[in-house]
Amino acid sequence: MDTAFFLRWITIVTERVRADRDHLTDLDRAIGDADHGANLDRGFTAVEEALAAKPPETPADVLTTTGTTLIRRVGGASGPLYGTLFRTLGRSVGDVAEVSHEALAEAFAQALAAVMKLGSAQEGDKTMIDALAPAVQGMRTSLDAAAQAAGDGARATTAMRARKGRASYLGERSIGHQDPGATSMALVVDALRAA
Amino acid sequence: MVGIVLISHSAALAEEAVALAVGIAGEDAPIRPAGGTDDGDLGTSLTKLEEAVAEVDQGDGVVVIMDLGSAVLTARTFVEDRADVVLADAPFVEGAVNALVTAQTGAALDEVVAAAEEARTIGKLC
Repeated sequence: MDTAFFLRWITIVTERVRADRDHLTDLDRAIGDADHGANLDRGFTAVEEALAAKPPETPADVLTTTGTTLIRRVGGASGPLYGTLFRTLGRSVGDVAEVSHEALAEAFAQALAAVMKLGSAQEGDKTMIDALAPAVQGMRTSLDAAAQAAGDGARATTAMRARKGRASYLGERSIGHQDPGATSMALVVDALRAA
Repeated sequence: MVGIVLISHSAALAEEAVALAVGIAGEDAPIRPAGGTDDGDLGTSLTKLEEAVAEVDQGDGVVVIMDLGSAVLTARTFVEDRADVVLADAPFVEGAVNALVTAQTGAALDEVVAAAEEARTIGKLC
């Protein structure tokens, strides 16, 4: 997987976030503050501009620019979380022209650990971790398996009670709604296999 | 002196919390707000946090006190590569007052953080 692959990945994520913007915001309206779709759309639009302004030369450039831009431009909790995900991916793959599947799987494992630490979140807390952790497991096999696992993980959050984030203030009332962060994480992972 | 930054989702809340802390504790130690997004909406901004920390940094360290949610995440992201900036796990208003009172005595960074965090254990009705 080369620089062009990672650029395609980010482009697909940007397009899908834009297309799903209202859906993500609706999920967030149920148990959050109704800004997840808008925040991610603003963030990835800024990423698109940043990548166009200074074309990246390596996969790590793509990932680091994406992460840094999200941290600066999203404004909500998903900015530092997704920003840390992409920056950790960039740091982990290192200064290479081609990333092997094994290296990407290892980078995702490191990114999972970094995002869990930043958010003090565990699996089962009804957060993006519930899509990302299964994706990391699935990625040991293939990108298809990762996408499938992330989607299943996101859907499984519907039955969970939120223990982190704005939704946790709702307690029992958070049950019955799919988590917006897990939903967008599944979108991000699924876009890998389309890249 | 140790500097203090209050990061909140709301620009107005951060500014008023600074005003309240200064009104109670005085303005001998540097304290600045970092509230809202770059566009002035509810949310937090890494850029505002960086600017506020730079303004209060006198070389003795900086304590950051957060309200909730993305304020915590933005602050945590910021301190990843700043050993001289410490996050206090403290109530926003009470922690700010305690930190400012202590910073004005010329206390060291760890003492100011401890003072802010002590505010967690002080009851209001007992």
